[in-house]
Amino acid sequence: MTAPARPRPRLGVFKFASCDGCQLTLLDCEDELLPLADRIEIAHFAEASGDIRPGPYDLALVEGSVSTPEHLERVRRVRAESRHLVTIGACATAGGVQALRNFADVTEFRAVVYAKPEYIETLATSTPISAHVPVDFELRGCPIDRGQLIEVVTAFLAGRRPDIPDHSVCFACKRRGTTCLPVAHGTPCLGPVTHAGCGALCPAYGRGCYGCFGPSGSPNMPAMIPLLRSDGMSDEDILRFLHTFNVDDFAAIEPPGTLGGREESP
Amino acid sequence: MRLRIDDGTVTGAELRIYEPPRFFEAFLRGRRHTEPPDITSRVCGICPVAYQTSACHAIEDVCGVTVDERPAALRRLLYCGEWIESHTLHIYLLHAPDFLGRDSAIDLSRTHRADVERGLRLKQAGNSIMEFLGGRSIHPVNVRVGGFHHAPARADFRPLAERLRRARDDALETVAWVAGFDFPDAECEADLLALSVPGTYAIETGVPTVLPYGAGQARRTFPLADFTTHVVEEQVPYSTALQARLDGRRHLTGALARYAVSGHLLPPAVRDAARAAGLADPASGEVCRNPFRSVVVRAVEVLYAVEEALRLIDAYERPSRPAVDVPPRAGTGHGASEAPRGTLYHRYVLDAEGLVTDARLIPPTSQNQGAIEEDLRRIVQDRLRRGDATDAELTRLCERAIRNHDPCISCSAHFLDLTVERA
Ligand code: SF4
Ligand code: SF4
Repeated sequence: MTAPARPRPRLGVFKFASCDGCQLTLLDCEDELLPLADRIEIAHFAEASGDIRPGPYDLALVEGSVSTPEHLERVRRVRAESRHLVTIGACATAGGVQALRNFADVTEFRAVVYAKPEYIETLATSTPISAHVPVDFELRGCPIDRGQLIEVVTAFLAGRRPDIPDHSVCFACKRRGTTCLPVAHGTPCLGPVTHAGCGALCPAYGRGCYGCFGPSGSPNMPAMIPLLRSDGMSDEDILRFLHTFNVDDFAAIEPPGTLGGREESP
Repeated sequence: MRLRIDDGTVTGAELRIYEPPRFFEAFLRGRRHTEPPDITSRVCGICPVAYQTSACHAIEDVCGVTVDERPAALRRLLYCGEWIESHTLHIYLLHAPDFLGRDSAIDLSRTHRADVERGLRLKQAGNSIMEFLGGRSIHPVNVRVGGFHHAPARADFRPLAERLRRARDDALETVAWVAGFDFPDAECEADLLALSVPGTYAIETGVPTVLPYGAGQARRTFPLADFTTHVVEEQVPYSTALQARLDGRRHLTGALARYAVSGHLLPPAVRDAARAAGLADPASGEVCRNPFRSVVVRAVEVLYAVEEALRLIDAYERPSRPAVDVPPRAGTGHGASEAPRGTLYHRYVLDAEGLVTDARLIPPTSQNQGAIEEDLRRIVQDRLRRGDATDAELTRLCERAIRNHDPCISCSAHFLDLTVERA
């Protein structure tokens, strides 16, 4: 007689306010998808399967930010049902591009988009998952990197910490052998303060990093801002540059007084 | 989703899209004219190239700039990658399980492993175009207003072309595979809207073209600048997604509409494959209006996109400059392209500094909603004519009907919460 098969760990994928890009990264793991599905039970992945099974889940991957009253309640439920909770992407980790509303009047925002704003239920803010419940790990990127996602999933299933370094895009540029754009061409680049993970993609395509992975471990903002100025950016340009996909995270580390404060941000 | 059934007659079908509002049109105000391609790509992770392309066109339109021929060809190539990737995702991972009575592609892979593997391979071929040309397949980084940041050397395309030649076989097999599915009888009673370009199957640009429903109605076009006077978005109380109508009527965009408007321009080999798969030949004036068969049209479009990508790579010469300068100027500009799910329109108003003062995005989702609701009403009605149905049965049927058009918005994936009011 064979021993009863050990139950496979159960994975849940949950979506809040997002573009679906980060969960799509999981479906973009074409080579790994079917082998992975053999090893784990995909118990909840509404985008990809109508077979939605109740918790508990061993690992919850959470995409998207908390931005409606319904989200507040659902994020607690997902947490309560999950042994490990990992956020995937800038929306879930930093509030995402939709967190630009945090710096504006959401009533006005609503009126710009909708003729009858009273039908629309929304919170005045878009906040990361960690603002509401404890999070075991945050994976950065808009979108996340496929290789890093696989590392995180396999690490959690194996019961170890994921090996995701905290250093900046600059390290990845050096490793890739890409010429430094600010040094060689005076191109504004957020690489020195942006979290690694993309493999220094933009500089390899001749474009300055625009910070889609959010701030790196110990970003030196007081040095970054004068560098951007010397590459020809005005303070308003710098604010816009920093305040896009990870607006809340970059705003939190802005050196006070250098850029004219939050109210000037878009 | 809410269905009202009075005495066996469906009197209401309302699709409530509960995608939380993200306010893109509001926070684009005050951004520089170079930013909308990157920012709006984050509306949708499944069709970022469509957002980038429509945004670039609209801004170039304001600034009075025309992109050089070679970078323009690269744009079409990148878009082919998105069509292959997104359509294949739709066909294999979201739609085929419906036809074969399975919950998901993972479930399907237990009985149809080779088919699902072929789908993943084909999807990967689409992704590899986007990764090579755009840096990554979700929110590519290489696109910019005026062209690209970097244009690859001709020789660097060799491995990609190699892979696409193999993908051609997978694409042909996909057309044959989906042609074997069972298609319920259904007809979408809506006007069809797609972009058209003389002499070629429209993808990344074109003029809005309408094929009205009903006898005796002639095909017509209108200038892109008049898009919002023809396609008018309204807000419905039950949904966060706006609903659009075309000159006051329901309309549908996407694969069925494109095939009806431009199918006669497909190359002969692709048209042969379409005919062999049982699709009506648009060259003879026939129009396929069965929403379930859109899966076949999608497979035909994948085959076309693979062929077209190979043709573009073959004709490629590295441009002398990857982008033209786009100095800002005050004004209003319009841009549209054929996202995998249908026509995507952008409009921007810029001030003299190049700051956006107003932005309008009309996605296929809002345009297709009216036609989808009507589809749902009719399909449920047909089902009820054959006797009572349980709510679970109706839920499955409605999910399938939505996935015929649009599987990408969270609303149409697998979560449909159906309320049936019976009187
Ligand atoms: S982080 Fe970016 S890619 Fe991921 S869901 Fe949010 S907007 Fe999409
Ligand atoms: S280089 Fe910067 S902006 Fe570009 S992909 Fe990497 S983190 Fe994102």
